Amino acid sequence: MSGYRLPLILIAGWLAAAPGVSVAQTAVRPQPLKSGIEFTGPEVRALQEDEFANPAMLWITRGAALWQQPVGPAQQSCASCHGDVATMKGVATHYPQIDKGSARLINLEGRIQQCREVRQQTAPLRYESEDLLALTALVRMQSRGMPLAIEIDPQNRRHFERGRELYYRRVGQMNLSCANCHQDNWGKRLGPETISQGQGNPYPIYRLEWQTMGSLHRRLRACLSGVRAEMLPYGAPEYLDLELYLAWRSGDLPIETPGVRR
Amino acid sequence: MSGEKTISRWLPAWRGALAALPIFAGAAIAQVPALVAYEIDGDEIRAPFAAAGDAGRGRAIVLSRESGNCYLCHAVPDAGAVPVGNIGPSLAGVGARASAAQLRLRVVDSSRINARSVMPAYYRVEGLRQVAAVYRDKPLLTAQQVEDVVAYLSQLRN
Ligand code: HEC
Ligand code: HEC
Repeated sequence: MSGYRLPLILIAGWLAAAPGVSVAQTAVRPQPLKSGIEFTGPEVRALQEDEFANPAMLWITRGAALWQQPVGPAQQSCASCHGDVATMKGVATHYPQIDKGSARLINLEGRIQQCREVRQQTAPLRYESEDLLALTALVRMQSRGMPLAIEIDPQNRRHFERGRELYYRRVGQMNLSCANCHQDNWGKRLGPETISQGQGNPYPIYRLEWQTMGSLHRRLRACLSGVRAEMLPYGAPEYLDLELYLAWRSGDLPIETPGVRR
Repeated sequence: MSGEKTISRWLPAWRGALAALPIFAGAAIAQVPALVAYEIDGDEIRAPFAAAGDAGRGRAIVLSRESGNCYLCHAVPDAGAVPVGNIGPSLAGVGARASAAQLRLRVVDSSRINARSVMPAYYRVEGLRQVAAVYRDKPLLTAQQVEDVVAYLSQLRN
């Protein structure tokens, strides 16, 4: 083992020391970048853009109530620590990120779960629960219109590279990769649907087919189940790595949370 | 059609052996369909896999969400109200462009014609990754379904 661990560390260090080089050579963004909203048709677009008609606003309202709700032994709410939710402006643009305490990659859902368990010391919020979707959508909405600000650096590069590898890996009985659809065939029709660039900027979304709100990881599971591949649990490390790759791949596309999709 | 011959995908002997053991005769193994062995000859598979195909059944498979899913990527001439995709070429006239033997290889394993093809291999189980448990070790179509699809495609002459 240790025989080749040292050179590997050296190589990793060298890659990390040359930012941009390996990323630019091995990962590509679609050109021109387009949000999925450009492929949904006018009705869905109108729903997303009208604050009163957008069904996801129900979750935003729910999130705003949760933000103020005191919980746990110290009866603290999110607002007790953070004040008005408007202070969250720009926060979502830095996720997923490496959590300093655990040195693990976490997304916005993970950070909210952590606040809840560690700081508020109360019952954890299950991934994909109404409450976690509501809070995630509320916090992310504060950054609406802002592009993600994700840098690939020595701390997160390993996750980025693994995300990219997963993005190009053909999987499932149908043997297709994310890139097969969203990099090579965006704009074309897959049966009734027009394939978008598979960007994460509108999530969490209200999906008409689900008749409810869903996270980015739910969408990833839907794509994987479509190609008849194994699905992993919500929040799985592989999905977080993919989420980081998608975040980089979305370039300067602005956050559109809360989105609406067919 | 170089005449190059490849013997492909014989049913692994061990699978038959395991199935024969009483302890393994349970559902999981018994359900794995044995793949028909076939020979690739240039861009063709000449020998049919099963009894003569039925074009009507083949059409239903091509337009089905549960089995073929071909319409997701291909326009189909008589698709009616089915919303067809456009990732692959239209299947109109494909029976005039290709022989039944060529169509058979295209459906069985497109990667043998174009290694980068996005078209799934409909009669291959190896070389796949992370297949959902219910579909593991099963081809997308059965041998008879392959013949049905080939019969249907062969009829699409204009
Ligand atoms: C067989 C084709 C196919 C494959 C493979 C596929 N997707 Fe998708 N994906 C779709 C379709 C169709 C949609 C819904 C229409 C759209 O928004 O693109 C979609 C939607 C998405 C969306 C939502 C985009 C939006 O604006 O709402 C994301 C994100 C996404 N896919 C990511 C992925 C990732 C990551 C993978 C691999 C793990 C993947 N997809 C694999 C077909 C595919
Ligand atoms: C995910 C997309 C996809 C699916 C699903 C798919 N195909 Fe294809 N097919 C393609 C593409 C792309 C091509 C073009 C050649 C290539 O890239 O391999 C093609 C080529 C073909 C050709 C050759 C056409 C010609 O004009 O030479 C035939 C025949 C064909 N497909 C039949 C089928 C049938 C039958 C099914 C279902 C059992 C099917 N395809 C499912 C994508 C697909």
